[in-house]
Order: sequence, then structure tokens, then C-alpha cells
Amino acid sequence: MTDTTDHRGRNPGGRNEPRDAAEAHGDAYPPTDAMLDAPVDPDFAKASADRLRAAWKTPTGWRYLSAVNNSEVGAWYSLTAFFFMLCAGVLALLIRVQLAVPENDFLPADTFNQFFTMHGSAMMFLFAVPMFEAISILLLPAFLGARDMPFPRLSAYGYWCFLIGGVFVLGSVLFGVGPSSGWFMYPPLATKSEGMGADIWLLGLSFIEVASIAAAVELIVGALKCRPPGMRINLMPLYAWYVLVVGGMILFAFPPLIAGDFLFELERSFDWPFFDPERGGDPMLWQHLFWIFGHPEVYIIFLPSIAIAAMVIPTAAQRPIFGYSWIVLSAVGTGFLSFGLWAHHMFTTGLPALSLGFFSAASEAVVIPTGVQIFAFLATLMVGRVTWSVPMLYIAGSLAIFTAGGLTGVMLALAPMDWQVHDTYFIVAHLHYTIFGGMVFPVMAGVYYFYPFFTKKQMSPRLGRWAFWLAFAGFNVTFMPMHFAGLMGMPRRVYTYPGDIGWDLPNLISTVGAFVVAAGFLVFAWDLIRPKGRQPYTARNPWGGGTLEWSHDVPDQAWGVRSIPYIESRYPLWDQPKIVERMDAGRYYLPDAEEGKRETLVTTVLDAVPVQCLRVGGPTWITHLAAAFTGGAFIFPTFHWYPPAIVCGVLAVACVIWWLWTGTARPPEKTHKEIGLGLTVPIYVSGPAAPGWWGMWITMLADATAFASLIFGFFYFWTASADFPPDGAAHAASGWVWAGAAALTVSWALTRYARRANRAAQVGIARASLATAAALTALGAGAMLWSAHSAGLDPTSHVYPATVWAILVWTAVHVSAGCIMQLYCLAGSLFGKLTPEYDADLWNVSLYWNFMAATVLVSAAVVDLLPGMI
Amino acid sequence: MRVRLRIRAGVASACALSLGGCTGVQSVLDPAGADAEVLATLFWVLLSGAVVLWLLLNGAFFYVTRMRVRPHSRKIGEAVIIGAGIAFPTVLLAILLSYGLSIMPDQRAPGDGLTVRVTGEQWWWRVEYLPQDGGGPVVSANELRLPVGARTEIKLTAAKVIHSFWVPNLGGKMDMFPGRETRMALEPTRTGVFRGQCAEFCGTSHALMAFPVVVLPPEEFEAWLAKEREDAAAPADAAAERGREVFLAEGCGACHAVRGTPAKGAVGPDLTHVGGRRTIGAGTLPATAEGFGQWLARTDHIKPDVRMPTYRALPEQDLIDLATYLKGLR
Repeated sequence: MTDTTDHRGRNPGGRNEPRDAAEAHGDAYPPTDAMLDAPVDPDFAKASADRLRAAWKTPTGWRYLSAVNNSEVGAWYSLTAFFFMLCAGVLALLIRVQLAVPENDFLPADTFNQFFTMHGSAMMFLFAVPMFEAISILLLPAFLGARDMPFPRLSAYGYWCFLIGGVFVLGSVLFGVGPSSGWFMYPPLATKSEGMGADIWLLGLSFIEVASIAAAVELIVGALKCRPPGMRINLMPLYAWYVLVVGGMILFAFPPLIAGDFLFELERSFDWPFFDPERGGDPMLWQHLFWIFGHPEVYIIFLPSIAIAAMVIPTAAQRPIFGYSWIVLSAVGTGFLSFGLWAHHMFTTGLPALSLGFFSAASEAVVIPTGVQIFAFLATLMVGRVTWSVPMLYIAGSLAIFTAGGLTGVMLALAPMDWQVHDTYFIVAHLHYTIFGGMVFPVMAGVYYFYPFFTKKQMSPRLGRWAFWLAFAGFNVTFMPMHFAGLMGMPRRVYTYPGDIGWDLPNLISTVGAFVVAAGFLVFAWDLIRPKGRQPYTARNPWGGGTLEWSHDVPDQAWGVRSIPYIESRYPLWDQPKIVERMDAGRYYLPDAEEGKRETLVTTVLDAVPVQCLRVGGPTWITHLAAAFTGGAFIFPTFHWYPPAIVCGVLAVACVIWWLWTGTARPPEKTHKEIGLGLTVPIYVSGPAAPGWWGMWITMLADATAFASLIFGFFYFWTASADFPPDGAAHAASGWVWAGAAALTVSWALTRYARRANRAAQVGIARASLATAAALTALGAGAMLWSAHSAGLDPTSHVYPATVWAILVWTAVHVSAGCIMQLYCLAGSLFGKLTPEYDADLWNVSLYWNFMAATVLVSAAVVDLLPGMI
Repeated sequence: MRVRLRIRAGVASACALSLGGCTGVQSVLDPAGADAEVLATLFWVLLSGAVVLWLLLNGAFFYVTRMRVRPHSRKIGEAVIIGAGIAFPTVLLAILLSYGLSIMPDQRAPGDGLTVRVTGEQWWWRVEYLPQDGGGPVVSANELRLPVGARTEIKLTAAKVIHSFWVPNLGGKMDMFPGRETRMALEPTRTGVFRGQCAEFCGTSHALMAFPVVVLPPEEFEAWLAKEREDAAAPADAAAERGREVFLAEGCGACHAVRGTPAKGAVGPDLTHVGGRRTIGAGTLPATAEGFGQWLARTDHIKPDVRMPTYRALPEQDLIDLATYLKGLR
């Protein structure tokens, strides 16, 4: 996490950030009361409000779909995720109908298997994780008094990818070709399964995972760089902390799965035997990669919901959260620990006793940070004076259900207990208790709580209570008997069962309960979408909350905030008496949009000193095109239609280049801009002060994690398998490997040199360096691939050549992207987009190449040096 | 021990009241093996603790939000976080972990007599008995017989995909992998018939991959094993004789072995003594003549995606004879 480096006293902002506020802004910052009380000229206030309104106007008519603002994209995202959840819920009902009575023939076996696979996959990948990102995109800027996310077009692109991928994956069950090997896709069952179900799962969900990572990058940058002036990192609303923790977890959890998907699809499409024991592969590698993702995933789902509770509870208690630092530490601790638990999903695979002990202990240990967070909430409610409300009802229900699931989790964490109930209905009960209590109910609490913020109307407390009691009672009726069914020996994922061994009654009760839950969701969905046109607008701060989102405009204004306030407290609306009035008056920062452009403030990572007025993208269609072509590149291969897939891939890259070229890092018409209260900040920054640089850095952390997972695969085979590499195996040709590595290393050095030369106004030298670097990159990538080809490595013969090829292909594809970036900068320099003064692109590309240099050297060492040592 | 028994009896009766009892042929809570007994006790201890903790935590929440809604002192708040959030769970979990993990070595103790190798197939069980006194493996399928009071070593592997071997009344489960051997041991403490089932999703008919486990007194077990080692019984009557001819003529022997006949296939279950088993189709149908008849005529319907073809097209009399023959293979 970035905050740990900060505590070591380093300035994470790097060289381009001011060391302190005084250095940046002198006496004008922070603003004094006198400055804030100065009257605003009414004519100017009106004119500036009109300009601001015009700049942030949401497109109307069919152009509405070209919107990129967080409030539109976030709303679409949430509703789409909710819709997918309802679809997956319908699958659950069909599953329950089939299991209502023994030996039922309502669903054929294969259909049942598709349904439970899709139920799990959709709930995880199309609902739980996207819902967090959706709600965060919707809410985070409001918590931070920002106008938008730092990369609004990236959110829009992520959303359209999610929609296309989700419809594709979920739609497959309608045609009876859905994946049917379980949401965990264990090989060899899934690698050998016929039809395209498994490919749909792998490619469709990889596509969505990429979009998830994009959203995580944006959320992290949003929380770090787009806070309002004065909101030091320890004043952030807890929700933002959770966004940082969960975003970080996504960065490190999803890439192992993506790497696994990459290997898996290579096996399915091209018969590279990574998981085939007959050719040296090992199905356990997939289990490790899957659960290194899969367990953090549970906390990725759970922590954001805790974050919602952390916003609702102080309001209910009418006092600040008690134990803020405890909660932050525990959230970070939970995040870290969650990466050390994955093997508790593999307790029955015959792991050594030492591993079982370690993972049992780690699994129990995670109870402590989780408990601290819950007890901090309890303490907040104790020291405050609680106002009961519908959101609190949902929080109470969530606590009751989640703690039950947590306590069965404590049982399961003990390996011996797990040997009995693993893969039984006891687990089905446990996981639904944790996820319903730890995710679904808190999200519903959040919907009731934030609904006035989203729509400026209220949901009905009466319907809310009905929905709650139906869902709560139905939930327990459904899942409590599953504990018994599991203990009576009923395994998971069975489409039928005999009638004479005592499973019929608990199953029938579960089925009845499932329909009660469904009734609860129908009531909830109706309350959510029913027309509220005649209802009066809500009060501006209906719950009496203390955080910035409750300064929202009623009725709605697309600008987010009229002016971006200076923050001195965790609960500014409680502690800064005139803040809303001053925000409304446009007394704070950026009250105007003189140039008619969409702008938001960028501040320093730790102290939130304003450093840039960031111009963000407005409505566009390029994101839709990019998403559609990206979708094509992922979807066509499921039909083994490679030529259209390649065409789509090329067009997607072209769209992204066009989008970046026209929409990002354009030299501004002036270097600096007055943002109010006597502050002047640059419009264009490059390097570590810029959000784009942080975006690249964070993306590359995820990319490096995926690469590390591939390398992990190499080491896994090396240690777990006796014949890796097999005797007499061909190795990649040393000379070519190192020739390629050398060319690519020089390319990296030249890219860095080009940045310096360009800064020093030696534009010609910079261009020559970039051109040479791009040429060397192409040669180097070719040499790396040729090293394996010339040595006759056949990737289908054994897992060793397959792994070598996978590492080399990964490296070659990555440096090829690096080559495009080098040429992009060269073109930027030639066409005046990139100048000695405005060089953000070159900074970001150098950063990318730092990672490439490491990737290339690690690849070369692993494919050439290691086999020599074995 | 007595306290433990009393707890167990108390909770068991509560359980019996709520859902018609925890007893069953596939129940974790009705142990009939040394390992399962320890695990059932562990479960009851864990459950009792969990119920108490759940009531305390949710009671506290209800109390502060609904009953005594007034500000308490900050001191109490701190005490809650540090005491209930950190100190208490740390101590409790340390105790729990020592208890839970101390069980492991015994659960993994090796067998001391017979070894049985079980191979998971899609969707049936290949079972080979490897007695200590040698004599080569005794091949059987889809049913496990064990002597009571002895600890039998079970070696596990799989043919194509991952399965999991589980007999809840006797002990915990262990996964079965293609290309790798895992192991466990079972030590039945009372005789009876139990049910095992595959616990790892293994394809279309995963639900139909069970097997009876028959626990016998040692001498009965030895007698049974000696008989199981023998070749198949000759057909007892004319119908069975005709059934045998159908069996061989239809090429059943390409996949199935019936020792003492030309049928030597190893693709499907060994049928040498199939008539003496309690079930066919891996716990799917009773091993009666009617059960065999149904299986032969509706194979793919009974077990979707099964590799065995359906013999629906055979003349009815042939099916009846075939069923008679198979039932006679005791």
C-alpha cells in the first residue's frame, strides 16, 4: 500500500510535488475565515454557475448514452449489476425447484450443472465485485467533494466492457451452451469439457476482470489524488480507505486468475498441457492460482460492505466513528491476511500437515481484524445516541447473518472439521451466510441510506421493512436447513439425491425459503424503480449525516459540487458550520468553468494540497467503440474465429490510441489557472504529480502480479514435478534469448534517455532515441520468440516447453505494447502534442518501460539460466 | 468424557427435535468410525461455542441500539474494541487452534492391516483390495467392505478428473487426482451399512457417484474377501445361461471383466460378483434383477452422459436373461 511508504517519511508525490503547502501556495493556503467570508458578486456567481452547469451538462436524448460522468456511469453500472444479480437469483430459484424433492426431473443434469456454475460465476463476477466498483464510482467523488473520477472515460469504457461481457456470459445459458464445470473451473474436468462453455467462462470473464482492474486503478487514483484541499489522508471518510484497500486487493488478486485463465485457454485452444498430468502438467497449479484469487475475492466483496456500514453507523449514532485508526488498521490487516488463506479451500487435497496448520492458523487469525471492525461499530453505537431507521434495520440483519456465517467459518478454518464438511451443503450455507450478511444486506442498507443522494427522493420505509423481513426470514429458512443437509452428508453440486437418507425435508424447506427471499427482492426492486415523480424532493441531509456527500444539490446538478471545499474534519458537515453555505455560494475552489471545460482538482497524496486543475473527458462515443472491439477480441476466440478476433483486437488498440491522442495530455492554452481563493495551479502536470502517472504505476503493479503468477507457475512445476524439465529436453537458444534481452534493455534505456533529452529541449535527440528504441523493441521481441522456435520447442509435447513459450509470448506481447507507446510518443513529438514542457506521455511510457525491463530480464533468466541450474 | 457425552446427547436431542434426527447412513453426526467420532465431538464443541458467541454479540447490538439507547462512556467503547475485538478472540482462537490441530495426527495415522486402492472414474469407483498376506489384488467396484475394529489404509487416485472420496459416518474426505496418489485410513467401530459419495464435482452425473460401505465382523469380512477373490459363479439356470451368451455376444466383455469367462475388459466396473453387491450404477439402483433390467434399458436416462451404451434395442427377453445372469453373479 502506498500509505506505508508514506509513513517512512518519503514524499510519495515525487519530485514534481511541492514539499508542503507553503512552498506551493504561500499565504493564500489554507484559506482563512476572512477569505471565506468575503462576499461573492451575485452577477459573477450566477454567470459562473451557468458556465459550470453548461460544462457539466449531461447529454440528452439518445446522446445520453455517450455520458461519461461518474453519476451516470455509476448508476448504469449499479443497475446492470443489480439486473445480473436478479438473473443469477432466478437461476438459484430454478436450482431450488429441482432440489425441492428427491429424484426430481424438472431440470436435466447438464442444465442443472450449467445453472449452478452460472449462478456462482454471475454472483461473483457480474454482481459482487462490479457492484462495489459501481457504487464506488457513484459515491466516491461525492465523499471527496470531487466533480468526477480522474479518468471518467475509463469508467465508461469499463462499464461498456462489463455490459457486453456480462450479457455474453450470462446469455450463454439461454442457448444451453453455458459453462458447466463449476465456478472454480477445476481442470482436468474443465480443460477436457466439450463445447464452448468453458471458453465462454474463461474469455468472457477475463474480459470483465480486465474491466474490473481498470475500475480499481481509477478508484485508487481517485482516493489518492482527487481529495478536496485539506482532507489529509487521515481525514478521509472510511469508505475511501476501504476503496484503497479493496482496490489494492483487486490489483493483486485478479492478476493470478488472469494468468491462470491465460494458461487455461492456451491449453483448451492450442493443447498446451499446463494442467494435464500425462504431459507433466499439474491440475493443482490451477487450484493455487484460482484460490490465490478466490479467497481475497471474498474479502473484496465483504470489505466494501463494511465500508457502507462505516458510513451509515456514525450517522445513526449521530457521532463520529469510534476507533477510526483501529478500523483503518484492521481493514488493511484483513486485506493482507486474506492473501494468506487460500489453501483453506484445498484442505482435502492432501497438502502436508505443516501447510494445513499454517493455513488453519491464518484462517482463524483473520477473525481478529474482522472482529475489531465490528466491535468498533458496536462501540460507536454505544457511545452515541442511536436513531433507528430502515438502513439500521438492514445493518442489524446483516450483523445477525454475517456473524453466524463467520462463526461457521471459524469451524471450517480448522482443517479436521473441514475434512468432514468440505464441499457439502454445510459450506453452501456458510458461504451464503457470509455473503448475504457481509455483502447483500449492507448493500441494501446502503441503497436505502444513499437513495436520497442518488435520486433526491426517498424510498418507502414501509416497503423497506417488508422487503427486509421477507428477505431476512426467507434467507434463514433457506440456508439454515442447509447446515443440516450438509451434516447429513449431502454434497454440493448434486442435481438429484435419493429420497431415503433424510435429505428431503431440509431441501423442501430450503426451496420454500428461497421463494420467500425472492419475494423480498421483488418488493425491494419495486421500491427501487417505482415512479416517484409526484413525491416531493427529499430534505438535503435527511439522515443528518456529517460527510460531504450530504452537501449535494436538491434538485440535482450535474456539476457534483458547486465549489470544492477546504476540509478540516472527518465530518465537515458537523464540524465546519458554514461549509455548505460557502460551497453553494461558490466561495471555495473551482467555482467557475471559464473555458467551458470539465475540471476537477488534483491534490497531493498525503496532505491534499492542490497541485493541478485536471481537465477530464466529457461525453464521447470512442469508449463504446473501444469496448465493442475489445469485446470482439475476447468473444470471437470462443467460437475459434481467430481472424475476426485479430481484426477486433487491432481496431480496439486503434480506438484506444485515438481516444488517448484526442482526449488526454493535450497541451493546454495556458500553463496555469486561477482556481479561487487566491490559488493558481498548473493545468498540465507530468510525472509523479499527475493522476495519469499514478494510473500507469498502479496498472503496472497488477500487470507485474500477473507476470509473477506465470513465473510462480514455472517454479511450481520445477518444485512439484520430477520431470521439469524432462531429461534431454530442448531449451530456448541462449544466444537469441540474451540478444533479445539486450536489445530490449537498450530500448528501455533509450526511452528513459528520450525523456531527459526532451525535457532538455533536445527534441531531435529524443525523437531519434525513440525511433531507435522502437526498432530495437521489435527486433528484441522477435529474438525472444525465435529463441524458442529455433530450438524446436514444441509447446504441445510437454509442460516445460509450454511454460517457456508462455513466458516468452507474454513478454513479447507486452514489449509490443511498449513499442506502440514509443511510436505514440514519437508521433506526439512530431505533431506537437508532446513538447519539452508538456511531456506526460513520455513520463508514463518510461514508467511502463521500467516494468518492461524487469519483465524482460526475469523472463530471460527464468527461461535460460534456471534450466541450466536444475 | 461423561460431560462430553451429555453435551452431545443434549444437542443431539435438540437436533432430533428440529429436523427429524441426525442419524443416517451418510451422516457426520452419526459416527461409526474412530475418526468420525472425534470429528463429531469437535463439531458439537464448536457449535456450542458458536451459539453462545452469536447470542452475546447480537444481544449486545440489540441492547445498544434498541434497549438502552443512550450514550455510554468512551472507556466502555475502548474496552469493547480492545477486549472483545482483540484480547478475547486471540485467546479463544489460540485454544481452539491447539485443540483442533491436535486432532490432525491421529486422523492421518496410517492403516495397520488391509490396504484398499480406490480409483475415481466418471462416475463409478474402481476398488482393489490388497490384503497384507499378499495374493494379488482383489478387484471389485462400487462397494467398499471393511472389517470392524481394524484401521484400513485407503489409497486414492483418479482416472481422468478430480473426485473426492468420502464416507461421513467413518471419517473425513480426501480428494482423488489423476496422476497422483493421496491416502487416508478408516477405522470403523461398529458394523452396519453406510453410504459414501463423491464430494468433488466431477461432471454431468457427479450426483450419481455413491457407494455402499458394508462394515463386517473381521471373520465375516475374511470369508467375504476369500469369496470375492474367486472366479464368477457359473450360470445357475437356463435363463442365466442365455443371459451369459447375450453378455458375450453383445461385446459387454470389451469393457467389463467377469473373471472365469472371456470377458476381460477393464474400462468399466468389474462384474465378477456384481450380483452380490447391494447396488449397481454406483449407488444408483438396487442390485435386483429388476434393477439390472432398468439399468440396461435406460442407462443414459438413469445416468446422463455415462459412457456405457443403452441396450434399449435388445429384445425384451434378452434383457431379462441378461439381468438374470448378472443378478446370479454373486
